[in-house]
Amino acid sequence: MKSGVLNLVLKRLGIAAITLLIVLFAVFFATSMLPGDTASILLGQAATPEAVAGLREAMHLNDPAILRFLLWLVGLLHGDLGTSYANEMPVAALIGGRLVNTMKLAGITTLLSVPLALTLGITAAMLRGSVYDRTVTILSIGVISVPEFMVATLAVLLFAVYLRWLPALSSVNEAHSLTDLVRIYAMPVITLTFVISAQMIRMTRAAVIETLSTPYVEMALLKGASRSRMVLKHALPNALGPIVNAVALSLSYLVGGVIIVETIFNYPGIAKLMVDAVATRDLPLIQSCAMIFCLGYLFLITAADVVAIMSNPRLR
Amino acid sequence: MTIARATTSRRSFLGHSYSLVGVVAALVILAWTLIAILAPHVTPHSIGDIVDDDYFGPMRQGLWLGSDYLGRDMLSRVLMGARYTVGISLAAVSIACFSGVVLGMIAAVTGGWLDTCLSRFLDAMNSIPSKLFGLVVVAAVGSSIPVLILTLAIIYIPGAYRFARALAVNINTMDFMTAARVRGESIIYLVGSEILPNIIRPVLADFGLRFVFIVLLLSGLSFLGLGLQPPLADWGALVRENIGGLPFAAPAVIIPSLAIASLTISVNLLIDNLPQKIRDRDA
Repeated sequence: MKSGVLNLVLKRLGIAAITLLIVLFAVFFATSMLPGDTASILLGQAATPEAVAGLREAMHLNDPAILRFLLWLVGLLHGDLGTSYANEMPVAALIGGRLVNTMKLAGITTLLSVPLALTLGITAAMLRGSVYDRTVTILSIGVISVPEFMVATLAVLLFAVYLRWLPALSSVNEAHSLTDLVRIYAMPVITLTFVISAQMIRMTRAAVIETLSTPYVEMALLKGASRSRMVLKHALPNALGPIVNAVALSLSYLVGGVIIVETIFNYPGIAKLMVDAVATRDLPLIQSCAMIFCLGYLFLITAADVVAIMSNPRLR
Repeated sequence: MTIARATTSRRSFLGHSYSLVGVVAALVILAWTLIAILAPHVTPHSIGDIVDDDYFGPMRQGLWLGSDYLGRDMLSRVLMGARYTVGISLAAVSIACFSGVVLGMIAAVTGGWLDTCLSRFLDAMNSIPSKLFGLVVVAAVGSSIPVLILTLAIIYIPGAYRFARALAVNINTMDFMTAARVRGESIIYLVGSEILPNIIRPVLADFGLRFVFIVLLLSGLSFLGLGLQPPLADWGALVRENIGGLPFAAPAVIIPSLAIASLTISVNLLIDNLPQKIRDRDA
């Protein structure tokens, strides 16, 4: 029986690897379909035809696309992400510090939102139909139904404009003390936590409610177990798989959320770098950023699936 | 058999009393649709005219929603923005759902390698985060209304496909499908006359949800400056261009956000308040 799970997990990982290849392919081709010749765009209008031809040769632009894709892949495997068009710095150097900033933002958000969302989701499911449950449900539907930038603007209006507790903009370099640090991270983290938690609360609540409607929970009820014992002892251990699945899936919303949040708060992370790169059409930079985001996203949804497979007692 | 099922469901559909929330939500959606169609005729000022001496003006008589960062009438701009937000999203969701549902039904009916290849490919597409996909496409081909519609549609085809296929696979195992196959009916007949009438209600509910996703994504892209380009402005672009008014809590920043929220929340509430029979996923 054990090998059945292993097979399924391996199969899922295999699919993830194939998907990754397709995604890399898609990112590469979307960015190399750019209208106009990259070499002449780079050199500007005053360039001589010889110079353009020389640059095309140097950049391997005359080679077939599939060969360039393979060359790019080989470069990736060696850790060579290419050189930025805009300022001719190695992409890896541009991304390095930014990636750390984004990971910090994502990490703090995860640490805050997971306990918050699990508590709210599980208690809402326990008190299903109560005023508390309905308030939590309506609030989370509300947050899911509006764009992330609206959550961000409302948070700025509340905390920075009316209450004047926090600054509206972030600048990581100015952090000298712990209070500075808190003030800088507060707005982006609050916004992201709202967005992520809303998803997580809904999924957690649904997972627990589904478990609560199973026959063995009814049995626990009939034998006279208290409500908290019924949930904590009987339902939760079995709902753990679906809940971890929900957490991983919700965290994948970080990818979309972080793009908006870094832009609105001017946070020096990798998403802001990518949005700026799109504005200047800096292809190697866009490719690398897109790849990092896809990797993170793919990792989270694969992790969610693997947890779902492993936690299914029928397969164990 | 199919016809009998369809008529009974229609009767219960009409006979059902809707909840108040559902009716209000439907009215809000109807109002925005009318505004989107009639926008040029109902705007009090031309959207490009500078009508206020002050920028980020407050709400007052004549300028009911205040003025924007150039002193233009915000009410006119929001009304006109409805046309772009609703229009582009509706076009995109129609393409996405039509293609996704047709492909999903065909995959379910044919099965075999076509089903496997299509499912694998679309699952892979689904593993690209939607905002990122939008960013990369806009970086590659630039932003225009047709590009936006197609991009948004392509991003949401995999979801529509997965949903329709899952429903169609269930129908496919029914006896009347076997009977139709034995009669030697064509795929077009199987898909159009046997499967579609049986999955159309949940598919329509899914259409509404996907419309919300598309409105949110379009607004997000426009907010990043990668959606609709000036002088055109949808609601996301209106928030972007007026973001400078945020420290003064100018209505110009808040109103377009509220417009988006009113539309997306209404669609969600309408779907949630539809009679169980209509949104039942197992049909």
